[in-house]
Amino acid sequence: MDNISLKKMANELRKNIVTAVYYAKSGHPGGSLSAADILTYLYFEEMNINPQQPQMKDRDRFVLSKGHAAPGLYSALALRGYFPVEDLKTLRHIDSYLQGHPDMKHTPGVDMSTGSLGQGISAATGMALSAKVQERDFRVYTLLGDGELQEGQVWEAAMFAGSHGLDNLTVVVDNNNLQIDGTVKDTCSPYPIDEKFAAFNFHVININAHDFDQIRAAFSEAKSTKGRPTAIIAKSIKGKGVSFMENAVGWHGKAPNEDEYKQAMADLNKIGEALA
Amino acid sequence: MSDKIATRESYGKALVELAKKHDDIIVLDADLAAATKTGIFKKAVPQRHIDCGIQEANMLGMAAGISTTGLVPFASTFAMFAAGRAFEQIRNSIGYPHLNVKIGATHAGISVGEDGASHQCNEDIALMRSIPSMTIICPSDDIEARAAVEAAYEHRGPVYMRFGRLAVPVINERPDYKFELGKGICLREGKDATIVATGLCVGRSLEAAQALAKDGLDVGVINIHTIKPLDEEIIVKAAKKTGKIITVEEHSIIGGLGGAVCEALAAHCPVPVLRLGINDCFGHSGPAEGLLHEVGLDCEGITKKVSEFLK
Repeated sequence: MDNISLKKMANELRKNIVTAVYYAKSGHPGGSLSAADILTYLYFEEMNINPQQPQMKDRDRFVLSKGHAAPGLYSALALRGYFPVEDLKTLRHIDSYLQGHPDMKHTPGVDMSTGSLGQGISAATGMALSAKVQERDFRVYTLLGDGELQEGQVWEAAMFAGSHGLDNLTVVVDNNNLQIDGTVKDTCSPYPIDEKFAAFNFHVININAHDFDQIRAAFSEAKSTKGRPTAIIAKSIKGKGVSFMENAVGWHGKAPNEDEYKQAMADLNKIGEALA
Repeated sequence: MSDKIATRESYGKALVELAKKHDDIIVLDADLAAATKTGIFKKAVPQRHIDCGIQEANMLGMAAGISTTGLVPFASTFAMFAAGRAFEQIRNSIGYPHLNVKIGATHAGISVGEDGASHQCNEDIALMRSIPSMTIICPSDDIEARAAVEAAYEHRGPVYMRFGRLAVPVINERPDYKFELGKGICLREGKDATIVATGLCVGRSLEAAQALAKDGLDVGVINIHTIKPLDEEIIVKAAKKTGKIITVEEHSIIGGLGGAVCEALAAHCPVPVLRLGINDCFGHSGPAEGLLHEVGLDCEGITKKVSEFLK
């Protein structure tokens, strides 16, 4: 896909994120919107996957370690053809297969159940290790929040992955600098994130999370890096694309009301028109 | 009674045997391979032994990820650091998605001995029981422990295996011994009461039953090697027949075998139950047998308590 097509798809993702959360009347729009471009690139350009065969043996794996960005993952999966886009409106409903946080047992395309922060990166590291042990060549991707880096388990996994040179593992940090209680920096600073991962023997790439040239280059570099896992620190804007949600901590875990939903869709439609 | 062997040792040896038959085994440890005895496996099958270092949370999380790719991970550390420290990883990354991870938890209970209370896990069965669909096995000797490892492999889904540090007598050496997941084994029929025991307490409960017989008390013994799913049928049958039940376990009297048996009997056949185990307290350092004597989990202590209960 060229950059314009990716941008259009990312905008569709964002519309579906906002719509899903609106119909759910709860959920996490901010951190889903900040990750929308990364998720779009992974599912529409980067990963070796097949929506018709979600369990394909040597598919690439994706683990959403920041599980609360489920609306982002579900939108990517639906648009990629894993299940009907219309079903996104059932997010979090009592009879839906789209749980508040990813559930691998009930949602096609979800490679790991997540939601409790810090655990997804361990599962992803285990998958990458297993590929090495079995001499299989699939790659493993995991997306973490920057607040999630406060979990000790993240660094256990990073130490293991770096120590074992798991070059089939790519860790992406959605660095929007906001967590529930405020800025990541003021709450319990994980900075400098890049130097920390470098110290754990990761190849580190800093990018703008909303620039597809940089995203493309980073994943390509990760793939060609041998002997070390890669960490892509993706500087992002929480709530990206919806004017009143951008950089607003209040939109971490809140659904828009009807007026806000209309405004959000108007914002995104305007972006879509500009891309047409 | 023949030789004594610790069930952790049986575990290490059983893993080697398992790997001879199956090529999808992978063993993880957290810097305790020498103690958990996965070191035996490491020596035999080094390419399938991963020492994760001292990071139990990540080890259990990695085991979850590994299991999604077709291998069967056996993740090992002390019970305290598996069920205790990594409870939430087991609950969310293994239990919730019902992944095919086997947890080999060694050094359970107070028979850890000299290391003291920080390492004596008397709460693991309670913790693991509360996770939906978790299978829990607590073998009584070498023969049962080896069979348990095999059964855990054959079972699809998470299994928590509880092994001990202390060498214990081999009590199941007989031609008709058969390990069936979820099935208790009646080792001795009785009329006056029935002891329901697990782990190393099975052997000493049998000894106690023999001692009680000399005093004219006819007490049966049931070996519950699978604590979850619990064989309610065999327990209810014993309760109906003997009218009184005694549970014996090297675990807190809260939430373990005693708790499970009381829950089953309260629903299906309420009878008086005496729970023997760790009485809601922490242990301390000392030789294993000394500590077991102190809490009444030796033949003498069990005999005395059962005798009082039946007065």
